Amino acid sequence: MAVVHLENIAVRMQHDLARALTKPVQDRHWGMVIDLRKCVGCNACTVACKSENKTPPGVSYNVVIDEETGRYPNVSRRFLPRACLQCQRPACVSVCPVGATRRRPDGIVEIDYDACIGCRYCLAACPYGARSFDFGDFYTAGQTPRTAAYDTAPSFEYGQLRRRDPAQPQASPIGNARKCTFCLHRIEKGVLPACVATCIGGARIFGDLNDPLSLVAQSAALPSAMRLKEELGTQPSVYYVP
Amino acid sequence: MNRRHGILLTLGLIALVVGLFGVVDRLRFGLLHVGYGTPIPWALWVALYIYFIGLSAGSFLVSSLAYVFRIRRFEPVGPAAVFTALVCLITALLFIWVDLGHMERFVEVFFRPSWRSPLAWIVWLYTAYFFLLLAEAWFLLRRRFARHRDAGGVRAALYRVLAFGTQAGSAADSEKDLRIVRILGTVGVPLAIAFHGGTGAVFAVLMARPYWNTGLFPILFLVSALASGCALLTAVAAFLVPRGYPQDKSLLPGLGRLLLGLICLEVLMQVAEFLVGLYGSAAAHAIPLQEQLFGANWWLFWIVSVGLAVGIPALILATVGRRNSSLIGLAGLLSAAGFIGIRWNIVLPGFVVPELPGLETAVTEPHLIFGRYVPTPMEWLVSCFAIGVALTLFAIGFGLLPLGEEAQVQI
Repeated sequence: MAVVHLENIAVRMQHDLARALTKPVQDRHWGMVIDLRKCVGCNACTVACKSENKTPPGVSYNVVIDEETGRYPNVSRRFLPRACLQCQRPACVSVCPVGATRRRPDGIVEIDYDACIGCRYCLAACPYGARSFDFGDFYTAGQTPRTAAYDTAPSFEYGQLRRRDPAQPQASPIGNARKCTFCLHRIEKGVLPACVATCIGGARIFGDLNDPLSLVAQSAALPSAMRLKEELGTQPSVYYVP
Repeated sequence: MNRRHGILLTLGLIALVVGLFGVVDRLRFGLLHVGYGTPIPWALWVALYIYFIGLSAGSFLVSSLAYVFRIRRFEPVGPAAVFTALVCLITALLFIWVDLGHMERFVEVFFRPSWRSPLAWIVWLYTAYFFLLLAEAWFLLRRRFARHRDAGGVRAALYRVLAFGTQAGSAADSEKDLRIVRILGTVGVPLAIAFHGGTGAVFAVLMARPYWNTGLFPILFLVSALASGCALLTAVAAFLVPRGYPQDKSLLPGLGRLLLGLICLEVLMQVAEFLVGLYGSAAAHAIPLQEQLFGANWWLFWIVSVGLAVGIPALILATVGRRNSSLIGLAGLLSAAGFIGIRWNIVLPGFVVPELPGLETAVTEPHLIFGRYVPTPMEWLVSCFAIGVALTLFAIGFGLLPLGEEAQVQI
């Protein structure tokens, strides 16, 4: 049974978010529920994420897996949006040789771009393929007379201003592992993550899993809610309602 | 330096010059021009890194047969084995260094290690091993340096520097040095097992990659190291050690028999991995193995690994090459080269199965392409450079240092 929302869920999530921000950071647990029945596979989340985080070619924090199932005439398409699942027992964190990636008290797995040595062990370790490596590609460098502004526009990851520049092909975050931050810079200002705000079907529910009154906590408690590769014990903070 | 060393040196220098183009590209543009990407984050350089680190561990462990397990027959090859281990370690570390997104930050592993990571452990172990090899090599060679310091030419000057004031000493002094070498070797054996088993564990601990995630994997790494290291050492002993081992005629046949045994052990391990993995229907276990057998790079398995690394050398060693030094050396050379195929097939098949079904078509962009990986010219050139370093060091070492057989005065 679908959750019946008696109020606009975006408004409700904003209120949930504001309430969570009044708590100390260690009492929050940012999480997400993705209602797959509401996902139409439009990839608005993927595009919104790219636009928000200015991710370069080859780095996509969010993807929507699009699978065809069944045999004619009984065929359908199935969509699985996947960002970083912000695991509570992340496989990527323990393997990092320099401790450059760690789980924040609010549950977000962060990367210290200034410490990451670029060994890509975390990419090999993530069971969900959620991490990308920044190889230093630009959408327009060398392709157009001038590098387009969006290629060099700064992004605000983990609260830091980061600017990629074709003239500095080895300056962080180039040469680092990268992944979804749950739009930490937005949520700390009380704004929903870009993929959540943009979702046309309202399939993404975001908030504080520790707050029993939040929409996200109530949705994650649905008996049908499940997590990807639960058997690995990674305990993702992202749930799916199939 | 004989003609062989001259040829090797020339090859090494050519490789260095040619490879320099790749190194310049690597240093200037970072990893922009590599053929791998996010779905295949480790590729040619990582395969060559585990290949060389295996050669180093294996060669060192063979030297321990002489110094730790007191199999006197292998003692003459000790200095050559320790030197080979040192050169291969340096080459391996070069490969893994250029693979880092931020080469300048490798020191962070010393300043802020995270002990939950096998990678941090092995870097510290490699470092300890490096110093141990240096010490062991010096204690093995310092009396020789002192004895030959009046040889004349470049060599004499070099020896005088490297002896660091050591005197030629008596047989008793040499015996004392050998005791130190034995202690170092005894420390080195668990160290080599730890760092190479640890290298296997880097892969084996990843539950995201069921192909690697088996208890046998680190052991397989060790066995492959022993076999490949022994193979390389056999070739080195047969072809690079000046004048060979005329006083120790049983040395090469002994190495040959050891290599044959290790090759058999390698086959046993591989067969176990393949049979168990292929038996079930779990795609993530079976597909990487099927890909090796029948995939696009089938020839790496059937021709390079089965033929070159294992089959032909085993055939030579078991039949015509039992007593013939050149054939034993050839078997070692073929096997050592063929192990590149085995190492490639350890790394690359791990990335054949996407972490989530359908991920391979979700977003496709440069460096985000699932499927077949082909190394770029830059990757080959950088590899050429690193191998050039190895060849040059081998040529200089075996051409100039007293790594071969000595008149039996030390003991």
